Amino acid sequence: MKSSRHPPWIMICHWINAFSMLIMVGSGLKIYNASPIFGAKLPAFLTLGGWLGGAIQWHFAAMWLFVVNAMLYLGFNVLTGRLRARFMPLRFAEFTSDLFDLVRFRLSHANLDVYNALQKVAYLSVIVAATVMICSGLAVWKPVQFPVLRTIMGDFDNSRVVHFFAMLYLVLFTLAHLTMVVLVPRTLLNMLPIGFAQSARLSETKEGNQHEPK
Amino acid sequence: MSQSEFFNKDQTINKVEPIHKDRPTQPSWRKDKSDILREANERLTPLTRRAFGKHLLGLGSLTLLTGCELTDDASVQVLLTAMSRLNDRAQAALFSPTQLAPTYSKSQIKHPFPFNAYYGLDAVRHVSEQGFKLAVSGLVNDKRSWTLEQLKLLPQTSQITRHICVEGWSAIGEWGGVPFATFLQRIGADTTAHYVGFRCADDYYTSIDMPTALHPQTLLALTFEEKTLPAMYGFPMKIRIPTKLGYKNPKHVVEIIVSNAYLGGYWEDQGYNWFGGS
Repeated sequence: MKSSRHPPWIMICHWINAFSMLIMVGSGLKIYNASPIFGAKLPAFLTLGGWLGGAIQWHFAAMWLFVVNAMLYLGFNVLTGRLRARFMPLRFAEFTSDLFDLVRFRLSHANLDVYNALQKVAYLSVIVAATVMICSGLAVWKPVQFPVLRTIMGDFDNSRVVHFFAMLYLVLFTLAHLTMVVLVPRTLLNMLPIGFAQSARLSETKEGNQHEPK
Repeated sequence: MSQSEFFNKDQTINKVEPIHKDRPTQPSWRKDKSDILREANERLTPLTRRAFGKHLLGLGSLTLLTGCELTDDASVQVLLTAMSRLNDRAQAALFSPTQLAPTYSKSQIKHPFPFNAYYGLDAVRHVSEQGFKLAVSGLVNDKRSWTLEQLKLLPQTSQITRHICVEGWSAIGEWGGVPFATFLQRIGADTTAHYVGFRCADDYYTSIDMPTALHPQTLLALTFEEKTLPAMYGFPMKIRIPTKLGYKNPKHVVEIIVSNAYLGGYWEDQGYNWFGGS
């Protein structure tokens, strides 16, 4: 059986994304605290930048990394045909049956080369959320220069609300994602440029998810 | 007092140490770059250079640190400042001289319109109209100063636009006054100059790019909601720029400087992005 390891460009994009998201969320929460949309401020330990000016510097530096990396990720996915191969077809019946399996903790992870319907929906939704994130961010940053985005987002104040909830969705996804990594640890090995032998050996065992790597 | 002396003078009310206190007033973006490199070399003692290497190795764990230490680290600050300068250029490229900020109806005006400054409401400067003169300096043909009465005789316009603060809140207000492009034309300003700077009675100062200064909605505002500008909103005049964030909209303006030398700003010198466009 062949290895389920991700191609190098996926690994690179994934870890750059993780790094840039840490900075974007941390600095974003600091900026949020300067004028909280929902009244309460978030605890300082979640924030990055020290003060508003510092947080803005981090946010607007890392945004380039986040956006360029997201575009490369999407571009490579389309060009290599991975997007279609991995995410199509997506059937509603599969989604509901997989969801049913999930709540009974019976979702299979035997073959990591094929996404189940829940994974397809989750990963596609994250691409959508990241797009909303970038568009609402542009509307907050440049409400005058991007009038179409500003209008779609419902003017400046609402752009901030959309930006916040897009962030919240991505953070919740990340928490669910990390939970799945803990439950099925070999998915992490497939995303690391090390430990090839372990990964290959584990993917040979049929019920790999019951054998945690030592 | 010369221009540079003024712009570098100590801000006694300012408790935060300005980052570019000694930034030389040099023209053009290119000079900015060498500026940054010079500062980098000054700040990067061998010890911090070694620290930078360490940080590069541990970049992942670095992000887990929060608070001031990380942002204030010299090497990190050099990188962040360089990115901020890149963003100045990106914003200048995105800026359209004809793209107008949205305008609103009177019913959407925020009451009371928020007061905001680097000091509290109790410290608002009350500039007396008597003897007040707006000074004009730098690359202009006519350096005569202006009384409020003279400014009121120039063509007037008004706008109901959204004031956006860098903190994230926004408020719609109505300002009236002289289109700034008209004023620049009257004083014979060199509109090929890079910067227009503003010196204020409350020791605030800021500067903007010439394309924004010439934008049709940039206003030398003398009124707020059709009444003489109240002290808290910047009497005797405020520069209202709906294409820029609030900190680029100086109040209590007493001098306008047209210059090719970078003039910085009160918040900008502490790390806020210079272009500050919206």
